[in-house]
Amino acid sequence: MPKLTAEIQLRTSPHLHTPRSVEMIMRHVVYAMLPLCAFGIYVFGISVVALLAVAVAACLATEHLCCHLAGRASSINDWSAVITGILLALTLPPGFPLWMTAVGGFVSIALGKMLFGGLGMNVFNPALVGRAFLQASFPVAITGYTPALSASRFTEFIPTTLTFPFLQPPSLTAWITAARVDSFAGATALMQQKFDRVTVELLPLFLGYESGSAGETSAILILLCGAYLAARKFLDWRIPVAMLGSAALAGQAFHLLNPAVYPNGAFVLGSGGLMLGAVFMATDMVSSPTTPLGVWIYGALMGLITVIIRFLGGLPEGVMYSILLGNAVAPLIDNITQPAIYGARKKAKVTA
Amino acid sequence: MPHDHGQPAPSPAENMEAFLDGLWKQNPVFVQVLGTCPTLAITNSVSNAVAMGLATLFVLVCSNALVSAVRKLVPKQVRIATYILIIATFVTIVDYLIKAISVAVYKALGPFIALIVVNCIILGRAEAYASKNPVGKSILDGLGMGIGFFIALFSLGSVREILGAGTFLGFPLFGPNYQPWVLFLLPPGGFFTLAIWLMVFAAWKDRKKRREVKTMAEAA
Repeated sequence: MPKLTAEIQLRTSPHLHTPRSVEMIMRHVVYAMLPLCAFGIYVFGISVVALLAVAVAACLATEHLCCHLAGRASSINDWSAVITGILLALTLPPGFPLWMTAVGGFVSIALGKMLFGGLGMNVFNPALVGRAFLQASFPVAITGYTPALSASRFTEFIPTTLTFPFLQPPSLTAWITAARVDSFAGATALMQQKFDRVTVELLPLFLGYESGSAGETSAILILLCGAYLAARKFLDWRIPVAMLGSAALAGQAFHLLNPAVYPNGAFVLGSGGLMLGAVFMATDMVSSPTTPLGVWIYGALMGLITVIIRFLGGLPEGVMYSILLGNAVAPLIDNITQPAIYGARKKAKVTA
Repeated sequence: MPHDHGQPAPSPAENMEAFLDGLWKQNPVFVQVLGTCPTLAITNSVSNAVAMGLATLFVLVCSNALVSAVRKLVPKQVRIATYILIIATFVTIVDYLIKAISVAVYKALGPFIALIVVNCIILGRAEAYASKNPVGKSILDGLGMGIGFFIALFSLGSVREILGAGTFLGFPLFGPNYQPWVLFLLPPGGFFTLAIWLMVFAAWKDRKKRREVKTMAEAA
């Protein structure tokens, strides 16, 4: 928003104004994510500090570079690149190699945002574009999960964090054994469920003292942060409600059909990145629909796709792809759910 | 259709231009963005790219020569069918040749050898160049375009194999600990690599244009 000057401004009506600006909204989203960062650091240690710092730095540097190359004013002050960086870091395993994180940050901003024309033009959530790139490029490293609450987490980095650029991260098996965390299978709750049919207890799952990506583990904390944003009207509460609701319902339906294979709806809600995705990524103002009905369809569609990928697909987690698919169809949803204009006649058969 | 009745023999400079156009200024992949199907599908390794490039080069040169040689005998109405027949003949030769030389390469290229028949670069050159120009120039044009296509495939294949597998023509480059970027061997990697090369070419052209404008402005 341009700064108001002391001069008299000639404007057409309406003369109402709002103190909200892009920069202010983005800043509040960052505030809402800080508790998640703090919790991630508490559970997984200093590796998450490095992860967050590198991701944010890479995003800011890429944004500045792209603006410079495009010959326009740098847009790093609007906080949106910071959000992308934090979100990207929160979706990665805590010990993810830092050089790969930097690559992810670069791809997020350069490919996911600036090539489309910058903030407000991107079709997909930039952080998820970066993560999808990392998942396709480094499928082994991105599943290298480490146990939560290891004793030495504040004194040493997870060995994979400091991998030399362009080299493979070392194997984590020995380090995990040495860390001696009870009953850690080297897998997230979702992986255990999918590959070993072991369903973990629900309470630690919702509290977040479990293995997983850096910021996705605590479902309750994410919900609280989301509630703050929804109360301040910085995000559309319908999207997470629709997405979580449809995921829980679909999961429960599968569970009732075959309880031996599929976990129940509560497990679906608490595990993996569903909460983080539903609250902070699906609600991205740029890449989600704008019509009241469209928002419900969009959320429900993503929840359903998440469960389908988790239960019927080859991967343990499907939130990332479901949100990217939701982003892809968002303009179509907008198109078919345009509200009727008050007083207007029925739409003519041939429309644009 | 203009034919070369009574035209003087082409000068060396003209011949050179016919050859060089395909390499750089009219590069079939980087400038005309033709033949993207084999370009994206067959460049996941340098050896595949080289094999495909050579096969296409051979077909392009031979078909250009034959199309140009028969250009005055073929009625306008059936010319496309004639071109396809000529091209298919040479593709069949290449198909058998590759199978005889290396079964491994033949299997790696799969259906894309047969699909050289419908490669739009070859039909495009037959229609746009060989049917209007004498045999010598047509062969040079085929050579230029074919080598241009070869360069493009080679550039894509090198980037994709080096990043995606850490090897070049199968030789490891960076030691055993290199982390391959698997994405570049997958289909999206083909699109990304092609896009990056197109960007490089666009940036290079842009810069050249700006320099020309600058020198013109200085001269004026």
